[in-house]
Amino acid sequence: MTATATPATVRAPRRLGDSVFSGAALVGGLLILVALAAVAIFLVVQSLPAFGVKASDLNNGFSSFWAYVVPLVFGTVWAALLALIVAVPFSIGIALFISHYAPRRIARGLGAIIDLLAAVPSVVYGAWGIFVFSPFVQPFYTFLTHVLGWFPPFSGPVSPTGRTILTVAIVLAVMITPIITALSREIFLQTPRLNEEAALALGATRWEMIRMTVLPFGRAGIVSAAMLGLGRALGETLAVAMVLSPSVIISPFLVRSENPTTIAANIALNFPESFGVNVNVLIATGLILFVITFVVNAASRAVVGRRAAGKGI
Amino acid sequence: MAATTTAVPAGLRAGQLPRYSPVGLLGLSLAVTGALFLLFLLAGMTAAYNVTGAIFFGLVLWVVVVYIASFIVEGSRRAKDRLVTALVCTAFGIALLPLISLLVTVVTSGLARFDVAYFSESMRNVTDAGGGAIHAIVGTLEITLMATVISVPIGLLAAIYLVEYGRGVIARAITFLVDVMTGIPSIVAGLFAFSLFELLTNNPGYRAGFGGSVALSLLMIPIVVRSSEEMLKLVPNELREASYALGVPRWLTVMKIVLPTALAGIVTGVMLAIARVIGETAPLLLVAGFTDSMNYNLFDQRMMTLPVFVYTQLTQPGTHVNDFFNRAWTGALVLILIVLLLNVIARVVARFFAPKLSR
Repeated sequence: MTATATPATVRAPRRLGDSVFSGAALVGGLLILVALAAVAIFLVVQSLPAFGVKASDLNNGFSSFWAYVVPLVFGTVWAALLALIVAVPFSIGIALFISHYAPRRIARGLGAIIDLLAAVPSVVYGAWGIFVFSPFVQPFYTFLTHVLGWFPPFSGPVSPTGRTILTVAIVLAVMITPIITALSREIFLQTPRLNEEAALALGATRWEMIRMTVLPFGRAGIVSAAMLGLGRALGETLAVAMVLSPSVIISPFLVRSENPTTIAANIALNFPESFGVNVNVLIATGLILFVITFVVNAASRAVVGRRAAGKGI
Repeated sequence: MAATTTAVPAGLRAGQLPRYSPVGLLGLSLAVTGALFLLFLLAGMTAAYNVTGAIFFGLVLWVVVVYIASFIVEGSRRAKDRLVTALVCTAFGIALLPLISLLVTVVTSGLARFDVAYFSESMRNVTDAGGGAIHAIVGTLEITLMATVISVPIGLLAAIYLVEYGRGVIARAITFLVDVMTGIPSIVAGLFAFSLFELLTNNPGYRAGFGGSVALSLLMIPIVVRSSEEMLKLVPNELREASYALGVPRWLTVMKIVLPTALAGIVTGVMLAIARVIGETAPLLLVAGFTDSMNYNLFDQRMMTLPVFVYTQLTQPGTHVNDFFNRAWTGALVLILIVLLLNVIARVVARFFAPKLSR
């Protein structure tokens, strides 16, 4: 056999269509970068006048911008955390029900029913919160102050309308439950089948099997799902704005008439009537909300990323 | 040795509750609390029969009773297992309560004004009964359509870039930022659109439908990118390789092979994205504003949308409060119907137009 000369590398001809198309795709991708950068830049630019605002220019009676923002940040985080405390146990329970308890044939349909909760617009939740849910829970709040009134957050006097921060937190919990459920469900379904079967074969009851295999496997997923839910609860606007009668205060009481409000709700309520520097103040609070949700979401992704990188099992 | 089946003596066998005891106990608990609440009603403690309360406390009672019964008969391990089963089922049941309550409320309250006038009249010069939401419905359709027109090309191109071309730093940055974008609070998107157009038009009181479209597309793009990306990834590499082997250029492969294969999935994703943003209220409240009159022009003047219509009818009722509330509930009903319809169409498309891939 004769040694064959190595063929010269054949280069595909550079086609015009290819460059145009890949260029267009790249532009589409870059537009996302540009859009996010624009969001950050415009919010910062519009916020700058607010940071040094004089008390005389503020139409809300606060001495400075920061005195106005701190109670709002407190209210935002407080309402979202309360919602999370209510939503996470329920979501894990529902996710387990769908992934490990419900009959296989109807499990998918049950998941779709829970997803329906996410399809309801927030303004409808707000209306439902005002007219149905608040009157419904008010008697329970009265009961709660009677029984647990010695514990400061539940101390009275109880709100006669039931439109309190606890009501808001529960409505928010209903709204974020489908998100946390959907994500945890996916994680639970990925538990290695062999681990589950091994646990059952060793005589574990169903709960012991779940505790030993499903929950350890899904821990990172649950944490990240909860944080995504937290991010959603932090930014939720209308349900809070409609249910609460707002006051910009720091208050740990759950069932009284005076309740802290959230950044998003405060913007929605005051923006249409604001002008001048007060618009900038509201946009600055929006920037702070953006930063908070950004941090929460990034942390959630970091948790997932670590799990993907480590992949213990 | 002959296999002899010897019955385990009763003393060695763990006790076991009958198979249908959880279901039976559930019925019993619900009957007890149901009767209790009936008693409350008859005693005049509650104005109407409290169905939700009866179910809620019935479920709580059930969890307790199941645990105690199982603990006595079957021992602590099985009891704990049954307790968790009951808790998990209860969690699911309780999650259904708000959904049922909400749907029942919206449908019963919304049907009062679900009539022809509602879909043919605006709120111009209406202060009591009558009037309708045609201006809000038109506004919602125009603004959402515009948002779709903006976000689908950008989202689709970005997805194509990520799946077909993207390598290295830029692709990673885009993936990360799409994740970040998914988490943008809707009100922040509204503030951004307002700031943008305020600076562009130099009008501190800027309000127009187009601003709403921009805000909505900011929320919609990440959803479109995510779903399209998933769908493009599902297209088997063999199809691409077969196309390349026949000498088809890359861009034609994407256009003629990859996109048509993934089309049903992409359309589904876009529909679901529309369903997600069509109920957004906060950004539209800020930049599209609210009005009682019809406005067909996206680029000039305030424009009413259905969610904002519901919000303003509820929060700014005139002297005839009930007329306003009725219109709001009908608006909520229409909104939920639109979202459900979009979801159903999306699933139908996904099901019937999906490519037949052999597995």
